[in-house]
Amino acid sequence: MHSDTKTTKPARAHRGAPGPEGLSRARRARGVVGFGHWWWALPGVLVVLAIHYVATGVGGFFAFTDWTGIGSFQLVGLENFQKILADPTKVLALGNTLLLAFGSVVIVNIIGLAIALALNRTLKTRYVLRVLFFMPVVLSPLAVSYIWKFIFDYNGPINAILKSVGLESWQKTWLGDPSFAIWAVLIVIVWQQTGFAMVIYLAGLAGVPVEVEEAAAIDGTTLWQRFRHVTLPAIRPAVAISTTLGIVNGLRVFDQIMALTNGGPAGATETLATQVYKQAFSLANFGYGAALALILSAIILVFAVIQQRVTRGTES
Amino acid sequence: MFRYTSGSLLREIGVWILAIVFLLPFYFLITMALKPDAEVYTSSPLALPANPTLNNFSSLLSASGQSNILLGLMNSVIITAGSIVGLIILGSLTGYVIARSTRRWGRLAYYLFLIAIVLPAQLGAVPLYIGARTVGLTGSVWGMIFLYTGMLLPLAIFLYAGFLRGLGTEYEEAAAIDGASRGQIFFRVVFPLLAPATGTVAILCGLIVWNDFFTALIFLGGSANQTLPVSMYYFIGSLVSKWNVIFAIVIVSMIPILAFYLFAQKRFIQGFAGGLKG
Repeated sequence: MHSDTKTTKPARAHRGAPGPEGLSRARRARGVVGFGHWWWALPGVLVVLAIHYVATGVGGFFAFTDWTGIGSFQLVGLENFQKILADPTKVLALGNTLLLAFGSVVIVNIIGLAIALALNRTLKTRYVLRVLFFMPVVLSPLAVSYIWKFIFDYNGPINAILKSVGLESWQKTWLGDPSFAIWAVLIVIVWQQTGFAMVIYLAGLAGVPVEVEEAAAIDGTTLWQRFRHVTLPAIRPAVAISTTLGIVNGLRVFDQIMALTNGGPAGATETLATQVYKQAFSLANFGYGAALALILSAIILVFAVIQQRVTRGTES
Repeated sequence: MFRYTSGSLLREIGVWILAIVFLLPFYFLITMALKPDAEVYTSSPLALPANPTLNNFSSLLSASGQSNILLGLMNSVIITAGSIVGLIILGSLTGYVIARSTRRWGRLAYYLFLIAIVLPAQLGAVPLYIGARTVGLTGSVWGMIFLYTGMLLPLAIFLYAGFLRGLGTEYEEAAAIDGASRGQIFFRVVFPLLAPATGTVAILCGLIVWNDFFTALIFLGGSANQTLPVSMYYFIGSLVSKWNVIFAIVIVSMIPILAFYLFAQKRFIQGFAGGLKG
């Protein structure tokens, strides 16, 4: 499949030194052809250095200051971090961030893989179904969250359905319930991301040779054995990619919370990303907000590095 | 072996039931947006509108100021298109030089971009905001195009470089033997060959820019050049539970991207499955 051949290339390219054949061909070509000029890359390199590295570095520096965004500031060492750890609302935000990231990844990948397995091969309408399940992925998380805000509303569909089946006592203001609100956010993320996991798994499943599955079936294996010993090992790279992208994106959850609950009720759905925004841009605590952002960045980087290790481990 | 059996039919029906439940939110979205004010609270949220109306959509046209959805739509189109152009130009040039370089700095630059993809935007957002405010780029369309181009450039370069590494150098060598200059080789030979990668860059990066809320809220919030998500956020914030109007806005915001998706769904899905897997 087109997407598959394309995807293995970058991974192979940065896995190590190019093979002797590739090197000699490149050397031979260098003698004949100049591949552009080095300074063609200069604008791109400078822009990325400025916007990603310098800005992130300066942001990291502010995490150790008490700057408000205007005027002078002082270096305060680790004070911002001590304040964060001593503040239960910030610790809750950290916990919510991790819950949303890991909770959504587990559910999204189980459902996404199940749908991909159901759609794989035989179904006649699988292309239509694929388009339908993937549709929420392309929509803005903000717009999607407004739809769900209505679904969870007291006068919304959930309570209407409960009423129609005689469960009126279960009705409540779902997003106003401090113990349920974070799960509502999780449901919205799962609804929007499942199609993405499904598409990654479908691409992975397309690479499983049908002959091997058939051979296993002829040998009298059960469906579960075939999944466990044939399919799953073959799609392991897809699992690694889908779960890591899910975690990295899940850790940054912002739009959904701003639209659904704005962090409420009483801070029950705050995440690190919403707290960074509120502290740095609404409350003008730049230094403190930067410290929160540094914690978020560190967590994301740790998981990105783990992903690199895991994917390489499964490839070799 | 894996033929279409009665079991497959059952599976097909089962998946369709799941799909219908999965897409129920769209039913609520459309029915509510067509309900007149009087029905919003009196009718069941599950019911179809008794007197469907398009008034909620026409009322959007008269909204102004921070809530001007049409202005937001226009800004989103300009900023997304501008960023895509910037990403294609800078991304293809940089990706080409890096992918074809056999020197150490080329490999170094590749890792520079790879790490930049995972660096989260939140930490850099604070200094970038200060910098942009100092030079007067906050609230400006050009500032946003520059910012998005820079933010997504590592991803674009990664996609281009990955594609180029799988592309042989034969065409370039042939063009060089025919006496083409380096500039001619790139613009007349290499760039047309990059079309699939260009498509992936345009779809993936365009979608990220179009749907971005965090950066747009920080840099454009309160200005006259707000993008669609920011306009939507402020407008809906001012409407308390007027769900019919809120959903009209949501639908308007979704139409461009949904139309594009349904038109080019194969490219979209391939772009996601292929582009992000590397």
